Amino acid sequence: MTEVAIVSFAQTDHQRARPEVNEVEMVQPVIHQALEDVGATISDIDFTCSGSSDYLAGQAFSFVMTLDAVGAWPPIAESHVEMDGAWALYEAWLKIQAGHADTALVYGYSKASPGDLPRVLSRGLDPYYQGPLWPDSVAVAGLQARQMLDSAMITEAEMTEIAFRNRESAENNPHAQLRGSAPVEELLAQDYLCNPLRKHDCAPITDGGCAIVLAAGDKARDWVDRPAWLRGIDHRIDSHNFGGRDLTVAPSIAIAAESAGVSPGLDVAEVHAPFSHQEKIVTTGLGLSDSVEVNPSGGALAANPMMAAGLVRLGEVAKRIMSEEIDRGVAHATGGQLLQQNLVAVLEGE
Amino acid sequence: MSPDRVAVVGVGQTKYSAIRGDVSMPGLLREAAYRALADAHMTMNDIDAVVVGKAPDFFEGMMMPEPYLAEALGAVGKPLLRVHTAGSVGGSTAIVAASHVESGVHERVLTIGWEQQSVSEAMWALSFPIPFQQQLVAGAGGYFAPFIREYMRRSDAPEDIGILVALKDRLNALKNPYAHLHEPDITYDSVKDSMMLWEPIRYSETCPSSDGAIAMVLANSEAAEASSASSGVPPAWIHGTSMRSEPATASGRDQVSPQAGKDCAADVFSQAGITKPLEQIDVVEMYVPFSWYEPMWLENIGFAEEGSGWKLTENGTTEMTGALPVNCSGGVLSTNPIGASGMIRFGEAALQVRGQAGDHQVDGVKTALGQAYGGAAQFFAMWVLRTEKP
Repeated sequence: MTEVAIVSFAQTDHQRARPEVNEVEMVQPVIHQALEDVGATISDIDFTCSGSSDYLAGQAFSFVMTLDAVGAWPPIAESHVEMDGAWALYEAWLKIQAGHADTALVYGYSKASPGDLPRVLSRGLDPYYQGPLWPDSVAVAGLQARQMLDSAMITEAEMTEIAFRNRESAENNPHAQLRGSAPVEELLAQDYLCNPLRKHDCAPITDGGCAIVLAAGDKARDWVDRPAWLRGIDHRIDSHNFGGRDLTVAPSIAIAAESAGVSPGLDVAEVHAPFSHQEKIVTTGLGLSDSVEVNPSGGALAANPMMAAGLVRLGEVAKRIMSEEIDRGVAHATGGQLLQQNLVAVLEGE
Repeated sequence: MSPDRVAVVGVGQTKYSAIRGDVSMPGLLREAAYRALADAHMTMNDIDAVVVGKAPDFFEGMMMPEPYLAEALGAVGKPLLRVHTAGSVGGSTAIVAASHVESGVHERVLTIGWEQQSVSEAMWALSFPIPFQQQLVAGAGGYFAPFIREYMRRSDAPEDIGILVALKDRLNALKNPYAHLHEPDITYDSVKDSMMLWEPIRYSETCPSSDGAIAMVLANSEAAEASSASSGVPPAWIHGTSMRSEPATASGRDQVSPQAGKDCAADVFSQAGITKPLEQIDVVEMYVPFSWYEPMWLENIGFAEEGSGWKLTENGTTEMTGALPVNCSGGVLSTNPIGASGMIRFGEAALQVRGQAGDHQVDGVKTALGQAYGGAAQFFAMWVLRTEKP
């Protein structure tokens, strides 16, 4: 295996709506900040890969215009996934392992604000049996929370505490959209948004994006003093049939965690859980001990730019390693609904 | 550590047609996947990872359908990755699948490209309203026609080159049972007399709108040799892969012969040790959705000097019996499920190398090129396959 590290990470100041900019204008400064932070330009990058969604953009081939943000002239080696940017990072990592690149630029972005996000996401459900009912993403997540509550795997108070902790942690994250929280008792007294989910249990709707630079071996050491080495990365998918599987677990998380080399001795976990109860499914699947700090950034509950929130998790762990705040951490990204698809990466300093 | 060698050991295609109303989306993909697995003498249990690609989700009206397809593709518990790079996506997806093996991370990968264009109206799905981006004017044909006219002006090509390409590809399609269009009565005059859609592109010089899927199984050296020993069919070894992109709007870009296409060809030829493509390549499957793109790509890829690609069409070089047969399958002009079209080029190149192309097989193919392009002629993907192991 070729040693590959994250050497740079930049993200937008995530906001509920950025009507003054289009996707290209929104993500362009972030891409160039990630490059500039290591003194690079696009000509130093061997491979570029991005993640975005046409349905969120409301336009076919929306990612084509974003090539303008990269400045892909002269032409570049480039690809795109219709997935969270974390999977674009996986593709770039494979490209480096295959010997086709030593450096890579990865970015993910979306503007969820122009549409009705929970209803838009229902268009990704089984088009014969589920989609025609238009169950929105909050209602679908509510089924999962209900199953956990009924199985005594979590309480509404625990869910609220997870939301409270994430938003309080986000006080230290200048990029977060929701920073700080009302007290748990006050949150618990609020009405349901979609029983058993209250508003605080749900991720906000966000416009935003992020960019990461990867480099192999000595190139990574040239660019930064302390690269965040990707010691392991894997992703797996579970069944889509949420009427036919146990929603309280996501078996793909444990498979990916084992393959990525998740083991004791982690300082931080950044997990991609758009609903409070999902954090518990992820941390359980990862097998994290109580000593691991979860989501010091505030996680997806503090800012949830679709197609980027997973990649942000990798960046948040890498940032802390590069700054010598921590030595080793795990990042998790999810795709689809109900934690159907999961990516796990272990990052470490020298 | 040197990267693993990769070969195509299985190819499976659906019957392509305007409407495949007999199958659901998962059914369509499984039809191709099972045929590719059968060709490779494998089952879904042998597959380590699944890599799928298609063009815009709006074509089927389903957002990011790949999680829904996980079970149908045997991907539960495995990695499933979805690629989307415009019209080149089928080629790009095959290359991403190849990276999965070449990296040493996976041994056997199933890759599928598909589109169900019957569900929507592709032409208008591609005609974005202002203010999303600059007006493309009535679909891809409206966008590309001016560049074809510019090619005709620069090259001084005879006006009927496009007719010759369309006639050749549609006649080739008669030898391919999977092809969408089978027009046994087609003639030079019937193409010439067909309706002018976007000057100079006539109806019969335009790709159809198709439903269909293609799947391939890619394997590392050990798995490829085991598969080949079992199936008795030689692997198609990958000798080079390349992708290049350029922005739609960069000032100074030449949309008649884009730099990204030239760079992509130079890269893949350098990997494969090809210095004289016309002599060293036996057969080509290239992305020709409008007839005139055959001579345009012949020049862009480097088979002919600028301004003279049309001569290879006119003198019969690109006929199945010529020195450089192009699109023996009938090409995109006969079959166009957009998200699959690029991978069909790559898969047909594999069939030629494996000797499995049936009535459209060219004798003695040792080296084949697959090429795909997309967007505003700005995304390119190519691979070179050989019978010989690298």
